[in-house]
Amino acid sequence: MSETALAQPEKLPVGPIGRHGIGYWGVGTLVASEAALFAYLLFAYFYTGAAAQPGWLLEPAPPLKLALPNTILLLASSLVAWVGERGVLDRRRWQALLGFGGAAIMGTGFVVVQWFEWKAKAYGLGTSSYASLYFVTTGFHIAHVIVGIGVLVAIFAWTALDYFSPRRRLTVSAGVLYWHFVDLVWLFVFATYYVTPYLGFGR
Amino acid sequence: MRPADYRTPAIGSDSLAHQARLLEVWATAPGLKGFFSSVDHKQIGIRYIVTAFLFLALGGIEALVMRLQLAGPNLSLLTPEQYNQLFSTHGMTMIFLYASPILSGFSNYLWPLLLGSRDMAFPRLNALSYWIYAAAGIFLYAGFLTGNGPNDGWFNYVPYASRDYNPGLNEDFYSLGMVFLGISTTVGAANFIVTALRTRAPGMSINRLPIMVWGTLTASAANLVVVPAVSLAFLLLWMDRQFGTHFFDPGGGGQPLLWQHLFWIFGHPWVYAIVLPAMGMVSDGLPVFCRRPLVGYAAVALSTVATMILGFGVWVHHMFATGLPGLALSFFSAASIAITLPSAVAVFAWLATIWLGRPVITTALLFFASTILLFVIGGVSGFMTASVPVDWQLTDTYFVVAHLHYVLIGINVFPVVGAAYFWIPKMTGRMLDERLGRWNFWTMFVGFNLAFLPMHVTGLLGMPRRVYTYAQGMGWDTLNLITSIGSFVFAVGVLLFFVNVWKSLRSVANAGPNPWDAPTLEWAVSSPPPPYNFAVIPTVVSRHPLWENRLDEEGAVSSIERGMLLDKGKETVGTTALDAVPDMVLEMPEDSFAPVLLALGAAALFVGLLLKAWLVAGGGTGLVALAILIWLWPRRELREREAGS
Ligand code: HEM
Repeated sequence: MSETALAQPEKLPVGPIGRHGIGYWGVGTLVASEAALFAYLLFAYFYTGAAAQPGWLLEPAPPLKLALPNTILLLASSLVAWVGERGVLDRRRWQALLGFGGAAIMGTGFVVVQWFEWKAKAYGLGTSSYASLYFVTTGFHIAHVIVGIGVLVAIFAWTALDYFSPRRRLTVSAGVLYWHFVDLVWLFVFATYYVTPYLGFGR
Repeated sequence: MRPADYRTPAIGSDSLAHQARLLEVWATAPGLKGFFSSVDHKQIGIRYIVTAFLFLALGGIEALVMRLQLAGPNLSLLTPEQYNQLFSTHGMTMIFLYASPILSGFSNYLWPLLLGSRDMAFPRLNALSYWIYAAAGIFLYAGFLTGNGPNDGWFNYVPYASRDYNPGLNEDFYSLGMVFLGISTTVGAANFIVTALRTRAPGMSINRLPIMVWGTLTASAANLVVVPAVSLAFLLLWMDRQFGTHFFDPGGGGQPLLWQHLFWIFGHPWVYAIVLPAMGMVSDGLPVFCRRPLVGYAAVALSTVATMILGFGVWVHHMFATGLPGLALSFFSAASIAITLPSAVAVFAWLATIWLGRPVITTALLFFASTILLFVIGGVSGFMTASVPVDWQLTDTYFVVAHLHYVLIGINVFPVVGAAYFWIPKMTGRMLDERLGRWNFWTMFVGFNLAFLPMHVTGLLGMPRRVYTYAQGMGWDTLNLITSIGSFVFAVGVLLFFVNVWKSLRSVANAGPNPWDAPTLEWAVSSPPPPYNFAVIPTVVSRHPLWENRLDEEGAVSSIERGMLLDKGKETVGTTALDAVPDMVLEMPEDSFAPVLLALGAAALFVGLLLKAWLVAGGGTGLVALAILIWLWPRRELREREAGS
């Protein structure tokens, strides 16, 4: 008779430790799905633009005066959020609070500037397919930023309540990952709507 | 005392005291409280299955009404608009509310049992995906029942779906309902992926996964990234209709073909998503009745994954090589060509399993074996439509309708009913009646072929699809009558199935843990399984842990009786993705109202959007936010926050 194989693991982590936990995988799948969503939005832009008549671009040279600094603001907020995460890792609560709070404020700033950017457009949602794509894509992104701000505020509050430690902090890392994702997606949206016209797409 | 962050799990054997301890933490509360808060994958799975069969019945009734209308030439039971709504709602129901959810239901119920785990990776997400499915189903049917069902076919091409041609709320119901339903599919897919990769029994390395897990895993990986395409398409359509955007409207520089792209990016893999798990059911069920392991496990597993990759490839090919009209027209056929090679692998593996085994004829076996036959017929007709000249002749005729029913009924309904005969004893502890089962099978089989085999000829004689009636003397009369009769025979067959289930529910529990003497882990636990599934976490060393001693295999055998006890809380084990080595103790969430609350909020949101009642939509959003906050609030029991805090 052959012998019975039996898994007898040594010490195992109980629940999520650090980033190690299935919650992180969960956020990973969420990010994958959302990334696909934005890919389809950008696909819609390129597909429509490639087949369009000249003059389709309502702004052949999109103004960068607001958009560029705003992009830098959003990317910087990613860094600030990361500093906050480090704060949790190093048990420096004030640093963590500053990081999450700062990133949330910077994110809010981004939304406000984006609002002015929208206001300044000479066209509206229904003007043409370009306009629809522009407003809906950036609108989708703003919605994600707003959700991300909510996440940062929650993490801020929970840190203020002293919930986390370097070991028990998966929520923090997952939330910050989501924020990085929201910022990274903007880079693609920005490149599509503000940079490719300068490179000649759709002109 | 602060609980330890690391622990060496105690090993032991099952005992009554141990079971009592587990029952206390795992059992769902009785009554309504438990009903709305349960996160037990078995309860959720059964709900999924019941709901999906309900939709099968509804879609079936719609089909029968259509078949009455088409039974003879120039009948006027239905107006053209009613007919449009019926075939569109029938397609929507069958594809989105039956074919996919039924497979999710079986997978939900079975996965943790197949994998030797105590629940899915994200039990609350699982509950959410059910509630959203149910709510979206009601939402879509609310449209149909108020005379606002979809009326542009299930794939809903613009411009006919745009407001100029379709001013009613029909397409708004359909669009928003599909976006709503997409949430359920997506979170379900995420859950399946993480469950398959992270919560298997120790030793169940990736090459020991049951084929059904491969099927659902592949489908889920695809769904995760393609469902957003269709959700987006429907959302943009709704905006075009209600907010004057111009995504699909050529008048404003939009692209009607964008709809088709976004829809088929999704639609292509989706067809596999509703057959691959069902093929997995056959691959896992058939061998049990052939009394031998599946022939060519590795080839079948790999071909499952390959089918999906090819499916994506076909879309790309169409996009760049033949341009879009080709994509739109020969969709099902192209899908079939791509599926030909890998599915030939599955067919040969099944045939070889029957050939080399000692088949025991049961109702389940009949359903599984007939799948092979129907699969071949569906494959051949698909292959025929795929050749371009033939395609031009056949496109939009009943040949296509015949083909798609062979694919969908042959590779979804038949294996699913077989799976029900096979696994319902596990779910209820009660066998289905075999005699009634034979009647059930033969009525369905004969009825189905009577209905849909002649339909190929109807198509070859040129009868177009999606017409509400036809003139006399085209040579279609007799064929249509036969089809209608066959449809009713088939429906009676399905009815016999429901009767059989109902009868068995009223019988005594007699199944025992392993009525079929099957090899996989779900048969190691009682029928129905206890809330915690496995009293001790098994360790497996092969694909068929319960058949090891008779297959004369070398080496160690699996450990079912002894294993990790994990009774310090609601716990199960997390394992590594490829080799399934234990790498953490998972703390599982208690029952929770957050999922049902979230689904309610989302339902309010979608109703608000539909009626442009912004207050309702805002309130719904608020409820969603609240539910998410409750859900994600870090909890000590789940070790999401520091114990001392
Ligand atoms: C009693 C069984 C069934 C009967 C009699 C039946 C009959 C029909 C009929 C008459 C049509 C409309 C054909 C036309 O006018 O173009 C149709 C369309 C369709 N059926 Fe079925 N059907 C049955 C079961 C199913 C099942 C189980 C599925 C899927 C799992 C399914 C999926 C579809 C789809 C996708 C369409 C196309 C709808 C469209 O054109 O948009 N059917 N069926």
